[in-house]
Amino acid sequence: MNSSVLLSITTFTYGLATFFYFAFLIFKKPLLGRLATWTALTGIVVNAAGIILRWVESYRLGIGHAPLSNMYESLVFFSCTIVIIYLVIERRYKTTVIGAVATPLAFLAMSYASLSPNINDRIQPLIPALKSNWLIAHVITCFLGYAAFAIAFGISLMYLCKQRDAEGKNNFLSHFPKSRVLDELTHQMVMFGFLFLSIGIITGSVWANSAWGSYWSWDPKETWSLITWFVYATFLHARMMRGWSGKRIAYLSILGFMAMIFTYFGVNLLPGLHSYGSG
Amino acid sequence: MLLLSLAVTSIVGTVIPQNENPAAYFRAYGESVYKLFDLLGIFDMYHSWWFRFLILLLTINIVVCSIDRLSATWKIIFVKNPLFNLSRFRTLSQKEVFTDKHSPKELSTVYETFISRHFGYTQVEETDKGLCIFAEKWRWTRFGVYIVHLSVILLLIGGLIGSLFGFEGFAIIPEHEKIDSIRLRNTGQVRALGFEVLCDDFNISFYDNGTPKEYRSSLTIIEHGKPVHKKDIIVNDPLRFKGINIFQSSYGKMPSSALQKEKIHKKDPSEDITLNVVGKESGNAYKIKAVIGKPLDLPEGLGKFVIVEYRKSAEFGGQNIGQAYIGILTPKDKDPVKIMLPLHFPNFDKMRRGAVVISVAEQETKTFNPGEKSDQRYYTGLQITKDPGVWVVYTGFIGMIIGIFITFFMSHQRVCIEMVKRGKQSQIIITGTANKNKLAMQNRIKKISEKLINLQ
Repeated sequence: MNSSVLLSITTFTYGLATFFYFAFLIFKKPLLGRLATWTALTGIVVNAAGIILRWVESYRLGIGHAPLSNMYESLVFFSCTIVIIYLVIERRYKTTVIGAVATPLAFLAMSYASLSPNINDRIQPLIPALKSNWLIAHVITCFLGYAAFAIAFGISLMYLCKQRDAEGKNNFLSHFPKSRVLDELTHQMVMFGFLFLSIGIITGSVWANSAWGSYWSWDPKETWSLITWFVYATFLHARMMRGWSGKRIAYLSILGFMAMIFTYFGVNLLPGLHSYGSG
Repeated sequence: MLLLSLAVTSIVGTVIPQNENPAAYFRAYGESVYKLFDLLGIFDMYHSWWFRFLILLLTINIVVCSIDRLSATWKIIFVKNPLFNLSRFRTLSQKEVFTDKHSPKELSTVYETFISRHFGYTQVEETDKGLCIFAEKWRWTRFGVYIVHLSVILLLIGGLIGSLFGFEGFAIIPEHEKIDSIRLRNTGQVRALGFEVLCDDFNISFYDNGTPKEYRSSLTIIEHGKPVHKKDIIVNDPLRFKGINIFQSSYGKMPSSALQKEKIHKKDPSEDITLNVVGKESGNAYKIKAVIGKPLDLPEGLGKFVIVEYRKSAEFGGQNIGQAYIGILTPKDKDPVKIMLPLHFPNFDKMRRGAVVISVAEQETKTFNPGEKSDQRYYTGLQITKDPGVWVVYTGFIGMIIGIFITFFMSHQRVCIEMVKRGKQSQIIITGTANKNKLAMQNRIKKISEKLINLQ
C-alpha cells in the first residue's frame, strides 16, 4: 500500500459520493443521503491517510517535507479541505443536498491532479526557497480559504438555479434548501474564506520578507490573491453596508471564485516567484 | 463610493500581470504602443502616479467612511448602563417559551446567577406582568470593523515608511572579496552601507537527482576594519545587522582568468561561438556552432536562432551583466524574441522560461562537479534591504487578523428572559438579538432555554 494507491481510492470515493448525493437529490430517499455522507467521510479518511503516508514516504526517500509543495499535493489537500468543510456545514445546518455541489468539486480536483499530463505526482525534494516553517501555515490557511470559496461558489450556483424556478415547479430543485438559507450560507462561507485568505496572504507576506527580503513584490500570484481579496471585500461590503442579497450576491461570489481559480491555476502561465506551484 | 474604488482598484490590478517584465522585453508591443505604455508607467505601474493616486483615494475613503460611522458606533459602545427596550424584545418572532412551577421571584435569582456567568452585563427589572432579566455581552465587538480598517491604513503607512526611509538593493560578491556599497534596485544608484560585507565562502549542495538543495554564503560583517558579525545565510535565513537585512538571492561562477582572456579575444565576429542548446521538453542538450549574423535551425524543430551582436558590457534591468551576445530567437509558430546570452551567466536564458534554453558554452570542456572543490570561484548574489516600516506593517497584519475575526465571528448579543406569573406557575419567554449572524443567535437562544429548563 502506498500513497498513490490511497489517493486513487480517494478519487474514486469522491466520485462515488458525488453519485450518491445526486441519487439522493433525485430519489429523495434518506438512506441514499446517509450513504452519501458516509462515503464522503470515508473519502476524507482515505484522503488524509494518503497525505500522511506521502509525508512518511518523503522521509523514507530522505527528502522529508510536508506534502504541500507542488500543484499535485496542493490539489490533493484542496479536495480534502473542501469535503471537510462541507461535512461540517452538513452537520451544522442539517442539509444534505449541498453535497451535490461540494463533492463534485473535490472529485474534479482529485481527477485533475491524477489525470492531467502537466501535473507531476512524484515526490520531489524541496527547493531551497520552500524550506521554511511558514510553508505549512501559508499553504493550509490559503487552501482553507480556497475551499470555503469553492463551496460558496457551489451554493451560489444552487441559489441561481433555485431562483429561476421561483414557483417550485421543478421537482429536482424543490429539494434544495430555502433560498434564504442558501443566501446566508454563501455569506457564512465567504466570511470564513475571507478570514483564511487574509491569514494566507499575511503568512505568505511574512514568509516572503524572511526569504526574499520584501513582504510585497507584486509578483503575479500576490497580485491576483489581492484581486481575489478585493472582490470578496466588495462582496462583504455590499452585503453588510448596502444590504445586498440574493442574485447580486450570488454573482459576486461566482466572480470571486473565478478570481480565486485564476490565482490558483492561471497565474502559473505568467512568470513569477511562485513558479514551483505549477508542475 | 467605497465599493466603487475597491472595484476599480481590482480592475486596475487585472491589467497588471502582463506588464511586469522589464521594458526591454516589451519591444514586442511595437513602437507606438510601447511609448504609450511607457508614458502611463504601465511597465512599472505599481509605482506610477495614477496607481498611487488610487491607493490614496482608497485610504481617504476608508478614513472618511470609518470616521463617519464611528461617531454613531461610539455612542452605542460607550454607555454606562445599557438601555433595554422590553417592547422590542416582545415583538421578536423567534422566541422560546416554557413553564415552571416556581414563582418569577425565585426563578430570577437562579437564572441571574446562570446568565451572569455567560454574559458580561445583566440587570433585573420589574415589568407589568412579572420580572425580566436583561443580559448582554460583546458590545465592544462593534469595534471590529474599525480595527480592520485601521490595520489597512497601518499597512499603507508601513509601506510608505518603507519606500521613504528604506531601500532595496543587490550586490554581487565573489568569494573572498568584500563590498561596502550596493546598487539600488529601482534607480540603479550606488548606496554606501556604512560597513563592509565579506563573502568568506559560497556553497551549493544538491539532491541526488541534481536539483539544488541549499545555497549557503558565509558572510562576515566588517566595521571599521574589524570583523563584528559572522553568519552563514541560506535562502530562508537572512543576516540582520543594524536594521539592514542581507538575503541569499542568486549565485554564479566567476570566469576563470584563462577563460576571461579567451573570451575577450573572441571579439572577432567571424569566429565561431559554441552554444549550448537545451530543449525543455526533451531535456536533451546540444552543442551548436554559431557565427554572428548567420541564422541557424535549432534541433527538435524548436525554431530559428541568429546572433546579431556582441556587447562588451550588456545591461539587463539596470544591472551590468558583462559580456553578452544578443540574438533573435524565432520559436516555432511564435513571434521572434530578442534574447541575451551573457557569457558569465549560463543560466540566464532559463529565466525566460521558454521551450528552449540557450547559453554560450564555455570553451574549456570541464564537467561541473558540485561536490568537488575546483579552482572555479563562485560569486554570491545578495538582496540587501532596509525597511523601517516593516513593524508597522506587521502590526497591521496582526490587527487585521484579529479585526476580521471579531467582525465576522463575534457579535454584540442581547438576551431578554421574561418571567410572567400564570396562577401558581410562571411562564418563561426567552428572546435575543445580535447585530450579526442572526441565524446563529436563534440557536444560542434555544440552547440557553434548554439549559434553563434543566436548572431546576
